[in-house]
Amino acid sequence: MNARIGHIASNTFREAVRDRVLYNLIAFAVLLSGAAILVGQISIDIEKLVVINLGLTAVSLFGIVIAIFIGIGLVSKEIEKRTLYTVLSRPVRRWEFIVGKFFGLAGTLVVNTFFMAIGVFAALFYVAHKFVRADALILIALYFIVLEFLIICSLALLFSSFSSPLLSAVFAFSLFVIGSFAEDLRGFAGMAHGLTRWLATGAAYLVPNFSAFNVISSIAHEQPVAAQLIWHNTLYALFYAAMALSGAVLIFEHRNLKLSSAAKLRLLQALALSFAWPPAP
Amino acid sequence: MPAIEILGFEKTYMVGFWRKRPKCALSPLHLTVRDGEIFGFLGPNGAGKTTTLKLLMGLVFPTAGSARLLGQEWTDPRVKAQIGFLPEQPYFYDHLTAHELLNYYAQLSGVPGKERSRRVEAMLQRVGLPEVKGVQLRKFSKGMLQRVGIAQAILHDPKLVFFDEPMSGLDPMGRREVRDLMEQLKHEGKTVFFSTHILSDAEALCDRVAIIHKGELRGVGAVEDLTSSVQGKVEVIWQGTQVPTSMKALGAECHVTGDTVRAIISESQQDAAIDALRRERLRLISIVPVRTSLEAYFVEKLQRAETTAGRMA
Repeated sequence: MNARIGHIASNTFREAVRDRVLYNLIAFAVLLSGAAILVGQISIDIEKLVVINLGLTAVSLFGIVIAIFIGIGLVSKEIEKRTLYTVLSRPVRRWEFIVGKFFGLAGTLVVNTFFMAIGVFAALFYVAHKFVRADALILIALYFIVLEFLIICSLALLFSSFSSPLLSAVFAFSLFVIGSFAEDLRGFAGMAHGLTRWLATGAAYLVPNFSAFNVISSIAHEQPVAAQLIWHNTLYALFYAAMALSGAVLIFEHRNLKLSSAAKLRLLQALALSFAWPPAP
Repeated sequence: MPAIEILGFEKTYMVGFWRKRPKCALSPLHLTVRDGEIFGFLGPNGAGKTTTLKLLMGLVFPTAGSARLLGQEWTDPRVKAQIGFLPEQPYFYDHLTAHELLNYYAQLSGVPGKERSRRVEAMLQRVGLPEVKGVQLRKFSKGMLQRVGIAQAILHDPKLVFFDEPMSGLDPMGRREVRDLMEQLKHEGKTVFFSTHILSDAEALCDRVAIIHKGELRGVGAVEDLTSSVQGKVEVIWQGTQVPTSMKALGAECHVTGDTVRAIISESQQDAAIDALRRERLRLISIVPVRTSLEAYFVEKLQRAETTAGRMA
């Protein structure tokens, strides 16, 4: 990896850590330990099923919320705060900045997922008192969740490269919801006719197909995952993220970095205050 | 080779939500800055100073025109390794300490790993922030942030430095230090291009200045040339608390301040004034020609621009 991309990525990761993003792990730990204790008392023979379902769903949801809420500000926040000015006035290309930001956020989510995975396995051990071979399947589900994060990160960055944080959040979250029902959308397209069929088919293939990544339920029931699906999902996620990142780079390469009206007003107020000091003789 | 050649930079923004209309932020700008000089870019707020700097830094794209920095295309990333930039009212990653921030910028600027730590320490000393280790930037005052901003601009030993309103947020001592620093940079052979609307700073520092107003260049020249137009008057200062009648008879405009008197008289009456002071046994302190101040030149240029615009309308 280009050294500048690495530096930007590590700064993005450090920012997330210092902004206490990883504090979500505490909420996750509380949720999971509470659930483990509760299901241990009220469930009969389905403790593992509940813990795996709940744990992996929480890993996915916590990560997606982080990916969206950090991702949407990665570019727009840097423009609003003008931190980008001192970065892009150095020998840093705009595409390096976008790619660096992507890797920084992806790295944050991988580390977050790693600690959550430890939590899931700990809760599993608490309710089952042992690990069995089929528990290794959880790693595949976690891998798919990380692939999902890569797509969400790239989409959040894409929206952040041209839109405000609020609209970017709406776009990214909507795509996540629609993408989770992509299979249903494809089913609907198959049944529709005429223009509706064309539109539904187009939308079904354009939105990310997150339903293909959701193997939580089958893994909770100890059903194996086909190697073909692992390859397919890996290639699909990498391709989709690469396309979304390319879009972000393409937009950002041509974007004038000007402040929004609100930011300009704030800057003018700050300037007025700074010159209130009597000038030097 | 000039340090900066701006070849007709022009910037028009489209404004409005539904019906977009063009708004000219910068009319075609042609400007050359010589190597090794301190160049002041003057103008009131909203004149186009920051737009010009943003264009040179590649932060916004020109509608037309181009530029050359240190003899290379301004968009060439390699030239940016030799450039330092302090934006107006800088804001930095406030989760970092000053050391971490400067280290990050040094990495991005390609400063070798072995040198980085030494360079960061030296730079913080140079801008008067030696005792800030471990303090995150979110706890810094505005003046301290401005100093960090100056440090990051010169950290990688650039040949050409751009400062956008470098004195803003600084107290009088801080402003003096920044002025000294800019002079040091000049002595080190660097070219300094700075924008300001504080004319005393420009007058004290700059070899040459340019005046911009409403996106148009109104004048360029050496500070001495712009301020040397003697108005045929001299300023006489002597020790005393009263104005002798003979001086009043010369039609002098006199101002008494403490135990000195300052009078402006016509150049032709200079000898008569000296004789009058001698007769009254008053101690002469100085006689100097009255020069047009940069401020007077600036105001005159702006008023002329307004008048022309009024006539056109």
